[in-house]
Amino acid sequence: METVELKAGKTTEVIETDRIVVRFSGDSGDGMQLTGMQFSDTAALFGNDISTFPDYPSEIRAPIGTVAGVSGFQVHFGSREIFTSGDEYDVLVAMNAAALKVDLPKLKKGGIIIANSAGFDKKNLNLAQYPDGVNPLEDGTLSNYVLQKVDITKHTKDCLAETGLGMKDIERSKNMFVLGLLFWMFDKPLDHTLKFIEEKFSKKPEIAEANEKTLKAGWAYGENTEFFTTQFKVSAAKLPSGIYRSITGNHATAIGLIAASEKSGLPLFLGSYPITPATDILHELSKYKANGVKTLQAEDEIAGICSAIGASYAGNLGITTTSGPGMALKTEALGLATMLEIPLVVINVQRGGPSTGLPTKTEQADLLMAMHGRHGEAPVAVLAASTPSDCFEMAYEACRISVEHMTPVILLTDGYIANGSEPWMFPTEDQLKPIKVQFLDKPNAENDVLLPYKRDEKLVRPWIKPGTKGLEHRIGGLEKQNETGNVSYDPKNHETMVGLRAAKIAKIADYIPLAKPESGNEKAKLLVLGWGSTSGSIKTAVIESIAEGYDVANIHLKYINPFPKNLGEMLKGYDQVLIPEMNCGQLLELIRSKYMVPAIGFSKVQGLPFTTSELKEKIKQLLKD
Amino acid sequence: MSREELNKDMETTVENKLVAKDFSSEMEVKWCPGCGDYSILKQVQTVFPDLGIPKEQFAFISGIGCSSRFTYYMDTYGMHSIHGRAAAIASGVKAANPDLSVWIISGDGDALSIGGNHFIHLMRKNFDVNYLVFNNQIYSLTKGQYSPTSERGKVTKSSPYGSIEEPFNPSELALGAKASFVARTLDRDPKHMQAILKRAHAHKGTSFVEVYQNCPVFNDAAFFAFSEKDTKKDEAILLEHGKPLVFGNNDEKGIMFDGLNPIILNITESGVSLNDLWIHDEKDKTKANILSRFFDTNYNDLRFPRPFGVIYVQERPVYDENLVDQIDVVTAKKGKTPLNKILSGDKTWSIN
Ligand SMILES: Cc1ncc(C[n+]2csc(CCOP(=O)(O)OP(=O)(O)O)c2C)c(N)n1
Ligand code: SF4
Ligand SMILES: [Mg+2]
Repeated sequence: METVELKAGKTTEVIETDRIVVRFSGDSGDGMQLTGMQFSDTAALFGNDISTFPDYPSEIRAPIGTVAGVSGFQVHFGSREIFTSGDEYDVLVAMNAAALKVDLPKLKKGGIIIANSAGFDKKNLNLAQYPDGVNPLEDGTLSNYVLQKVDITKHTKDCLAETGLGMKDIERSKNMFVLGLLFWMFDKPLDHTLKFIEEKFSKKPEIAEANEKTLKAGWAYGENTEFFTTQFKVSAAKLPSGIYRSITGNHATAIGLIAASEKSGLPLFLGSYPITPATDILHELSKYKANGVKTLQAEDEIAGICSAIGASYAGNLGITTTSGPGMALKTEALGLATMLEIPLVVINVQRGGPSTGLPTKTEQADLLMAMHGRHGEAPVAVLAASTPSDCFEMAYEACRISVEHMTPVILLTDGYIANGSEPWMFPTEDQLKPIKVQFLDKPNAENDVLLPYKRDEKLVRPWIKPGTKGLEHRIGGLEKQNETGNVSYDPKNHETMVGLRAAKIAKIADYIPLAKPESGNEKAKLLVLGWGSTSGSIKTAVIESIAEGYDVANIHLKYINPFPKNLGEMLKGYDQVLIPEMNCGQLLELIRSKYMVPAIGFSKVQGLPFTTSELKEKIKQLLKD
Repeated sequence: MSREELNKDMETTVENKLVAKDFSSEMEVKWCPGCGDYSILKQVQTVFPDLGIPKEQFAFISGIGCSSRFTYYMDTYGMHSIHGRAAAIASGVKAANPDLSVWIISGDGDALSIGGNHFIHLMRKNFDVNYLVFNNQIYSLTKGQYSPTSERGKVTKSSPYGSIEEPFNPSELALGAKASFVARTLDRDPKHMQAILKRAHAHKGTSFVEVYQNCPVFNDAAFFAFSEKDTKKDEAILLEHGKPLVFGNNDEKGIMFDGLNPIILNITESGVSLNDLWIHDEKDKTKANILSRFFDTNYNDLRFPRPFGVIYVQERPVYDENLVDQIDVVTAKKGKTPLNKILSGDKTWSIN
């Protein structure tokens, strides 16, 4: 702790800390997402490790000032490695009474509240449904916290009074005041945001100027008023050296698909129907026309997958993206692709279900649907991404497996990692695994005979593009005779084909990485086994528990069908296996039935990610008994 | 080589080489004896050698139904897919490879019931594909339930007391969905069907062809009025671009407009000249709309004959061409982004 004398005779204390969680919370119209992004980008550029969690309502314009309309953005940044967006926050920015009401429960005891006092007038208190005459800013109920009341609205108006801007534009600038104030509090430079403002409003210089002015006024407010006496310093993190960018999961998925298309030489075709939280992948891919990317906004999810099947049949990298309800619609066509044995990548950005469920909240409850959600014996490969940047790797892997093994691949991500962001040491083109593609161009059996379902050593049939001279043939959803692909109703043949299709998927295990502990040892009292987006919280909980002396390890699964070959063997190294999931125990069911181990489930189905402390508590409880 | 050059080149090398038999696969045809599907298969195989396209450039995509088995019998590329989805699959095929000649084969249930959504959107988007709907006004493969084209009162296994549903009028539906080519033909008129198939192929855009097809097992004789000698001249009218609308046993009846409504009159008795009659204009959508409604609307309490031929043609932008053009335009303007640039994005920082 050091004390610095400032010019106005004000004394500011500077506290060094290794990590901070800030929650920006306000009405949907208050620009909290943008404010949070700017703050995060600045922290990342400065060298902090970060993890973000945008948490917005599903209504586009919920009534202003109500609890339903609260939009939050959480950022966790640190001088050490950060794997989650944080259980609790150190600082809560509440732009109105509703925001405080919604987000106060997860503010740390002793944490800082920066409240826009203008958002706590009678009207706002009523809208947030505080009882008549109650104002939490005035009644002492917040005495466990450091409360900073700032009339942000008034300060913004004062600052822009002479600009001649209308009230609406002035109101809109108030998030910049908050951002400036937070930059001061955390000792971060303004340049990144100043540049952003300049670019964003290049055609509206008066708005750019207003935003700049307000941003600087926010900073000056922290610097000069006597209310703010503490600054926090979070040094740069010691991340592996290299070049980084910031990336969200959906963006990473999109460029993973493009990378696979470029590396395989297969043109990318996306057939998709908009659905939260998957739509951004469609948006992103639609920008890449100049890279030959074809996107078709289909009339429904069935047409999305069917057009992708058609494109794949014609020799493109066929992809479809969706979320739970759309996934349900795609099941019949997935069966067709399984029967045809053609490549197809299906991305399910999971959200809370069933039905419309919790469209903007996260969940991992589509795992068993991905595994089994088709009629008949219809195995497909199933992968899951674990972090925002891992979506790149797994989208790329989904394409590689799909093309090299002639099979549909379902990639599961979810709302948490799809919208969350983190710094990413991105690869260069030459660091990417090659993707081997071969189209058959001549008959593949003796006497110039074509056998469309003749298999290679991987049990994979050839990919044959319509347009190839001399290889005209018919395929379809009816059961096929082994090798010839002709329609066959022969009982024994059906059993053979069911077996071959299953064996082909099982064989993928020879072409994926083995399982190994991410932290902890190959033998321990407890293994925490996870999959998908719980990776960050599990990793943090396990690393911290090990540091506290517990004998625990964690393995995180990104390949679920097939599992890594050595998984069964690995499980034997642990006395107990704990499987935390944002569902009611779906991986648990798979692991128990496949490996006959008495794994213990740990469920959370609240539309929210696990907190580190929940997991640590569970780990300690299991290791105590 | 440009598309036109390629096509030309193909024409010269292929001409005289292919015959109908070249398009017949080894698979044994398994429709019931007397099924109208045989005739459709025959006419397709008969005209295909004349289209000047090499065999490997054809792709047939069908759904599920007796009709959809068609794909197996054509020695071209083909996919017998799932019920109702052929149009959606075909759009992906065409988007991926616009050089293929894509033919969708479907039934009245496949196209208009389970596949209804894909049907209308395909028409609207106007992919350059051909869409043949074998309309037998019944679900045949599932052994005889009423379909979305079955008439009111139709007694079937699932409507033992008669259907209480209003049928679709497929050509009206297609026109409403902005189809750029709408035609009707029938299994029992091979020459007519051949001509229509050629027109469908020649049209750039989605060519919707409704083929009246007899199912002798589950809905026999549904369209005989339009094909049997003693009735067809009164019940059917053959459309020819630029020709007057004339029908009847001795071509004695003509159709003309009385204000906005069509009327039927006896040409000799009324003394009108052929030039005063309704002259068929394939490109006139208003007339096409009225023609399509000869199906079931009574104007002035008159019963109109069922039109066969090309009801409507419109030249308009084609989806798969636009898709490629847009890629070309954007590429010319922006240039391809190198993969490394996509990976790095615009904002990076380094940590040492
Ligand atoms: C998803 C699905 N639902 C139902 C069926 C059963 N089914 C197969 S064909 C068919 C109707 C066929 O009628 P149509 O399309 O008119 O073809 P047709 O047999 O008359 O040529 C039905 C209901 C199926 N195969 N798939
Ligand atoms: S049931 Fe009818 S439509 Fe089907 S094959 Fe037999 S005759 Fe043809
Ligand atoms: Mg039918």
